[in-house]
Amino acid sequence: MENVKEATQTFIEDPRFKQCNKEALMGMGLGILNLVWWFAFGYGMGSKPPEEYTYIMGLPMWFFMSCVVGGLLFTILAIIMVTKFFKNMPLERMTAEEAKNYEMEVN
Amino acid sequence: MADINWGVLFPLILYFIGVFMIGIYSMKYVSKASHKNGEGFLAEYMTGGRELGGFVLAMTLVTTYLSAGSFIGGPGTAYTHGLAWVFLAMSQMPTGYFTLSVLGKKFAIIARKINAVTITDFIRARYKNDTLVVLCSLSIVAFFIAAMGAQWIGAARLLQGAVGIPYRTALTFFAITVLIYTTIGGFRAVALTDTLQGVIMTIGAIALVFGTIVAGGGVSNIIQGMYQINPGLITPYGIDEGFATMSWVTSFWILVGFAVVGLPSVSVRAMAYKDSKSLHQGIIYGTAVSMLLVIGMHLTGAFGIVVVPGIASGDLVIPTIATSLFPAWIAGLILAAPLAAVMSTVDSQLLIVVGAIVNDISVNYVNPKLKNNSKIMARISFTSTIIVGVIIFLISLNPPPLMVWLNLYANAGLISTFLWPIILGLYWKRANTPGAFAGIITGVGTYLIFSKIWVRPFGTHTIVLPLLLSLIAFVIVSMNTEKPSDQIIETFWGI
Repeated sequence: MENVKEATQTFIEDPRFKQCNKEALMGMGLGILNLVWWFAFGYGMGSKPPEEYTYIMGLPMWFFMSCVVGGLLFTILAIIMVTKFFKNMPLERMTAEEAKNYEMEVN
Repeated sequence: MADINWGVLFPLILYFIGVFMIGIYSMKYVSKASHKNGEGFLAEYMTGGRELGGFVLAMTLVTTYLSAGSFIGGPGTAYTHGLAWVFLAMSQMPTGYFTLSVLGKKFAIIARKINAVTITDFIRARYKNDTLVVLCSLSIVAFFIAAMGAQWIGAARLLQGAVGIPYRTALTFFAITVLIYTTIGGFRAVALTDTLQGVIMTIGAIALVFGTIVAGGGVSNIIQGMYQINPGLITPYGIDEGFATMSWVTSFWILVGFAVVGLPSVSVRAMAYKDSKSLHQGIIYGTAVSMLLVIGMHLTGAFGIVVVPGIASGDLVIPTIATSLFPAWIAGLILAAPLAAVMSTVDSQLLIVVGAIVNDISVNYVNPKLKNNSKIMARISFTSTIIVGVIIFLISLNPPPLMVWLNLYANAGLISTFLWPIILGLYWKRANTPGAFAGIITGVGTYLIFSKIWVRPFGTHTIVLPLLLSLIAFVIVSMNTEKPSDQIIETFWGI
């Protein structure tokens, strides 16, 4: 894959895409973490027989942790991801000069 | 006609009037765009002039992927299977932030560069192959018409059940409303009505879940009641052995959580927002709203078994709870929510189908010069929206077996067609046309075969393995065929 990149690098790569790729990976990572949390608490605590369940606010602990806490936690994490790590950028086509300026601003 | 429930009907009528007003408001923008020269009309009609703000983006995205399933079918299944189904439904919560951050700004930037107003525009610019474009457009037309037929039937049944008007009248009433505001207002009307609908859905969901908890004497009481009825109702495995298994439930994260990126009606929203700030706000609102809606509606369904026991059909759970716990006029407002869920899904699908017919097929293959003539484009778009609407109406009156069959495969078929060509086309320079063909054929083909002979491969939902095979085929074929032309790479990765 690397040499493909080298061979086609006869143009100026859009300077915004580095950040875009990072953000896409972060979104994917958050999704996978969300899945892991949901799975670990849901099946980790929910797999014992229901007679042995513990309860919090009336809900079985597995459900409370996996769905209620998980839902709130990952909403908060999504907010943190967006406000701390996502960057504002123009979405319109850039001229070579604008691209240069943008790159200088970012670095 | 004596048994019409006017108390329920009245707020519904008010709501429909609100929807019409939005259509009329948006019509101003559409008609302005149709009088200008250039390509303005299609950009307005298909993407609302790329002016969506954060809140509208979130609402239109969430309400488009949460269809009647989440408001009628989902709570109904939760009624039967208890917390296990609420647990499963939570896989829809990440869809908001996942879709918007994975397609992200890159998708919006490229859409602006290549002037794309539909997903097929993106596919055409990236793969430059007519057969592929026609294949994508046809699959959009066939699958979405079938999916819309099914949703219209659901909406009409709901109206019939809640208000007591005959099925045909309900269907006509519903069809005319959706058709009018979509035809005159285009994407802007769809996005704004979605927002109104999203707000109603959220309020409805919150009212329902609190009403149910109060009626059942508190959460603890209800959970213990569920335990008495069947201990399985409060486990993540449900009441039937071998139904909600661990791998099957988990694989819903792929079907309704992550792979929704591949639904054209969802991904087109990622090219329609105004600026990066709108995207950021969209992610935040979208995540919060989808969490509230998913938990609220499904918990209501699950708790329903204690509060209103003995309902024969799951589909009636939400209407029954609404009408038995609330005064008629509030019930009317709450029942507007599932109706809103259907409307907000079908209006987007309708526009996608019109986009496929007008933008992807007529403009590109019948007469490319048309694109610059906004007046003619407007006329063609209006006419095809109405024609498509009438076709769906006729189908819903008397569903042919083909529709039932296509609808069964609609989401899976669209996802296996579009997911990898979009994602790999966006992020992988080596992705090429033969690869896209191989991926689509493998994905759709194995899905059709597996759904007949191997419904739960390794315990997972039928869609999972075909998506994986499709990815493998796409990558292997791409690696072994010619790389995309420099011109395509420069368009997509250059400035």
